[in-house]
Amino acid sequence: MMITLSLALRNLLRNRRRSFATLLAMAIGCASILLFGGFSGNINYEMHTRNVQRGGHLQIQHRDFYLYGSGNPTAYGIRDYTKILAAIQNDEVLRKMVLVATPTLQFGGIAGNYSASVSRTVIGTGFVAGDINRMRRWNDFHLRSKAPVSALEGAAADAAVVGTGVARVLQLCDALKIAHCPKPEKERKSDGSALPEDIAQLSLQEAPVAAGAAASQQRVDILVVNARGAPNVTSLEVIRAEDQGIKELDEVSMMMHLAKIQQLIYGISPPMATSIMIQLRHSDQIAAAQTRLAPILAKYSANQPLAVLDFKSLNPFYVQTIQMFDTIFGFVFVLIGAIVLFTVSNTMNTAIVERTVEIGTLRAIGLRRSGIRRLFVTEGALLGFCGAVLGVVLGLVLSAVVNQMDIPWVPPSTVESVPLTILVWGETRMIFGTTLGLICIAILSAWWPAYRAAKLNVVEALRHA
Amino acid sequence: MTEQMGHHGPVVVLNQVEKTYRLDSVSVPVIKGVNLLVRHACFTVLLGPSGSGKTTLLNMIGCIDKPDKGDIIVSGCKVGELSDDALSDFRARNIGFIFQNFNLLPVLSAYENVEYPLLLAGTSAKTRGERVPRLLDAVGLGDKARNLPGQLSGGQRQRVAIARALARKPKLVIADEPTANLDSQTGAAILALMRHMVDQYQISFIFSSHDRDVIKAADDTIFLKDGTIRGIRRQGAEDAP
Repeated sequence: MMITLSLALRNLLRNRRRSFATLLAMAIGCASILLFGGFSGNINYEMHTRNVQRGGHLQIQHRDFYLYGSGNPTAYGIRDYTKILAAIQNDEVLRKMVLVATPTLQFGGIAGNYSASVSRTVIGTGFVAGDINRMRRWNDFHLRSKAPVSALEGAAADAAVVGTGVARVLQLCDALKIAHCPKPEKERKSDGSALPEDIAQLSLQEAPVAAGAAASQQRVDILVVNARGAPNVTSLEVIRAEDQGIKELDEVSMMMHLAKIQQLIYGISPPMATSIMIQLRHSDQIAAAQTRLAPILAKYSANQPLAVLDFKSLNPFYVQTIQMFDTIFGFVFVLIGAIVLFTVSNTMNTAIVERTVEIGTLRAIGLRRSGIRRLFVTEGALLGFCGAVLGVVLGLVLSAVVNQMDIPWVPPSTVESVPLTILVWGETRMIFGTTLGLICIAILSAWWPAYRAAKLNVVEALRHA
Repeated sequence: MTEQMGHHGPVVVLNQVEKTYRLDSVSVPVIKGVNLLVRHACFTVLLGPSGSGKTTLLNMIGCIDKPDKGDIIVSGCKVGELSDDALSDFRARNIGFIFQNFNLLPVLSAYENVEYPLLLAGTSAKTRGERVPRLLDAVGLGDKARNLPGQLSGGQRQRVAIARALARKPKLVIADEPTANLDSQTGAAILALMRHMVDQYQISFIFSSHDRDVIKAADDTIFLKDGTIRGIRRQGAEDAP
């Protein structure tokens, strides 16, 4: 085996330029795969982190809440949620795994800014702001980007945070100092130019006063249906608008203190939560935590069916995005694999033509057909190995350079611009998988030429000019 | 099936051997019913003009080509019945080759070229370490062991090829016009070296040539023309087929 390896290596070094060109093609292909893999891997980590920061790893819900309960907290709320929380916190195993366990209440309602005569339907969430901010600090993948801190922590009991889309529709842009928030066409027409001159004059005199009033006006009213089916209204102070990253969500999102919305919906009745969000220390603890939660859920499921959903089930967009990137990664790999296949195959074919006499000589002095096959396959494998290693080095260097450049970009489902990060270093599974894959492709591409070389007639090979 | 022969019986026996090449639809008979015995430890020359069938006959004796008809027995083994792998192993054990164009592996040094057949046979490092330098010394290239073929002259390359052919102590060495690409002085030296090897190692050498001057170095001379043996001169015997 050593002699085959030594001979194969020397044969590759014999035509350095051709071998180098093949290696370079393989290295560039390998580095491209790794860079794309590192890029999509980083998107995976970003989305994974954002989803865990927003909703935890697991959520305990009424069994049907995910499918039917959106905006109907009365029908799908969890009774005795405080007891479930206490049971989680008192469980010796779960306590070590769980970073945050916190209730949330999702509701639907209509928010109105009556001073501007506008309203819109919203999907609101009530939460414990301190817990939410602790959840937003989760960064198990050591990403460079940080999630924004919720302004609700420490804010007044009637404070609310809305999506920028909601703020725009409710005409709170000036009051909340939201940039890039054009006023609707209808409002601009109120310059009065088409009105009779005396009325237009009056309108223009009133305009600055109205704008000034809007600047100090951050209060909105929220109308919800309470537990008994009656409408209930409260006034909230919108303290900030936060971009939710997805337009559809941004235009309906409203967040407030849990206690406030529970009071509004349940009044003096026992309050409920629609979810208990559980954030674990590490994502690989999900299965263990689910197993541990099962008896707790069974205990409290006697008169209400409960279920535990993981963050992937709760965020199908995340799963779809990752699947899409995995598919693109696979496509890129196949494409580059095909290029490597033809490059190595071409190199080996040329080598066989050039070394036909040598093949004849080796066969004449007693090397079996299998020995010839082994020699050329070893050459292919060596090319594959060296090309892949060179590609890994190239990928690591290029990713480090890109990471140092701090190129800003906005990953999917995030709001703020983050430095472009390509994660190659530390992605051992991807590195070894790509290396092994390319070596296999190189071996495969060398196999057919090697087979042909082994089948050569000895006399004809020796006669080859 | 093999037929064992006496210890010092003929090393090669050809019985009614025929070979025809087919070029498109044209059949060209190259060897026509040849019968031949090659004696043990003899220096045998296959003499004939170009196209007489010398190389084809040597290829068949060397087990790298097969006859269309007839039997070839080399070192007591009926080689026509062997599989491709068995033939490879047989060649490795019993036959050494010296080519007109030397055919050394250009990426291996002189030492490694001689060592290569021993590595293929799985010979121990100790044996290799003893045998290779001895062979290189025997062909006068002890000081060129580390040189690549490209760093050697034609004569030196052919000496390395001779050492390689002898590395596994074969019973038979086939040399197809080994002096054709050498100047006359070097060719004569190579011829003398081969003659010396026959005497020293008791190996049968068969080599082809179209140069009649080589007859005086040979024990046996086989005259070949148009694919048939026209005469055999054995030292100390009358011309006989």
